[in-house]
Amino acid sequence: MGKLKLKEHLIGRNWCKGCGICVHFCPKSVLELDDEDKAVAVRPEDCIYCKLCELRCPDLAIEVKIQKEDENE
Amino acid sequence: MPKTKYDKEYNVKQYLRERFFPHIWCPGCGHGIVLGSLLRAVEELGLDPTEIVMTSGIGCSARISGYVNFHSLHTIHGRALAFATGVKLSTPKLNLIVPMGDGDALAIGGNHFIHAARRNIDITAIVMNNRIYGMTGGQFSPLTGYGQKATTAPYSTIDNEFDVVKLATAAGASFVARSTTFHATECIDLIKKAISHKGFSVVEIFSQCPTHYGRKNKKGDASNMMELYKKTTVPIGSKKLEQDPSLIERGIFVDNKEAPEYCDEYEKIIQTAMKGRA
Ligand SMILES: Cc1ncc(C[n+]2csc(CCOP(=O)(O)OP(=O)(O)O)c2C)c(N)n1
Ligand code: SF4
Ligand code: SF4
Ligand code: SF4
Ligand SMILES: [Mg+2]
Repeated sequence: MGKLKLKEHLIGRNWCKGCGICVHFCPKSVLELDDEDKAVAVRPEDCIYCKLCELRCPDLAIEVKIQKEDENE
Repeated sequence: MPKTKYDKEYNVKQYLRERFFPHIWCPGCGHGIVLGSLLRAVEELGLDPTEIVMTSGIGCSARISGYVNFHSLHTIHGRALAFATGVKLSTPKLNLIVPMGDGDALAIGGNHFIHAARRNIDITAIVMNNRIYGMTGGQFSPLTGYGQKATTAPYSTIDNEFDVVKLATAAGASFVARSTTFHATECIDLIKKAISHKGFSVVEIFSQCPTHYGRKNKKGDASNMMELYKKTTVPIGSKKLEQDPSLIERGIFVDNKEAPEYCDEYEKIIQTAMKGRA
């Protein structure tokens, strides 16, 4: 694999129950709960794509998509 | 746990019955993290979903079997291992995975649990230990432990808890491991090894029930309960145990590849009995 970069945070708003686990454990404070108690990536540029949010989401509601640096969107 | 780039890509939805989502578990319930780890383990192993059979009993934990797109049997409380034993003996090439609650596995199902271990039949039991009967409203279980509160122990319990690892080991399980929902990547790894192991495998995973155990025992929200798993557990043999022996060890406690497996032994009996008949 070449150098990796973040593509997007895919957050299933129907599946997210607003437990806050992803927000609590994100090492870079990328995520927050919005006023409907759904997770959103408010600072995606700070994401280090460690995927801790994805691996610990009890609702399988968040996916961190990465791509190779030279790949187009 | 990865602190930086984690370049594995998963597609867990391929193994889900998406029509049943969002699932029924409460916000922050650890059982969903166990489900995620299990599916990632299956994906990493590249198992054929049509050769996986999941049997489960009754409980919030046991509901897992309804969400996975494998063969599944949602059976009766405490008896999932008996059903799994039947399926496995009928078609030994199948992978049997049994998610179990602490009550399901060690209260009503305690006898099935020790005897499946004693036979060393090739089944993977995942004990989702939230120290409570979640589904029925927070009664204490054989894993709640002395001094903890439950709806049936408002002044705290006087019962000691089982140690799942020691019990499974003593009963004869040939693979025994423990982790927590905080350690989700460790869970993936342990579940992979447990499924690959030929023989009775037990993976105990501490899984938070913020709704009952957490609330009764003032453990805070789901994130806080996971912080506690981080604080109160260490890898097997950690130096920290010298200062604080109350820390709970995580990792692989037993990995015995020599122990005879039950279906193999049964096949030998069949061969002997059939000799000269064909
Ligand atoms: C034979 C039988 N006895 C009792 C019950 C009631 N019951 C349903 S789930 C459960 C305990 C669930 O606790 P656990 O196995 O720890 O699973 P959890 O819900 O905590 O994941 C009990 C006692 C039942 N369904 N069937
Ligand atoms: S961990 Fe999952 S369910 Fe919980 S807030 Fe984050 S995305 Fe939503
Ligand atoms: S991948 Fe890591 S850094 Fe990025 S949002 Fe998730 S937890 Fe935060
Ligand atoms: S009651 Fe407890 S174990 Fe059951 S879904 Fe809710 S949090 Fe999970
Ligand atoms: Mg339980």
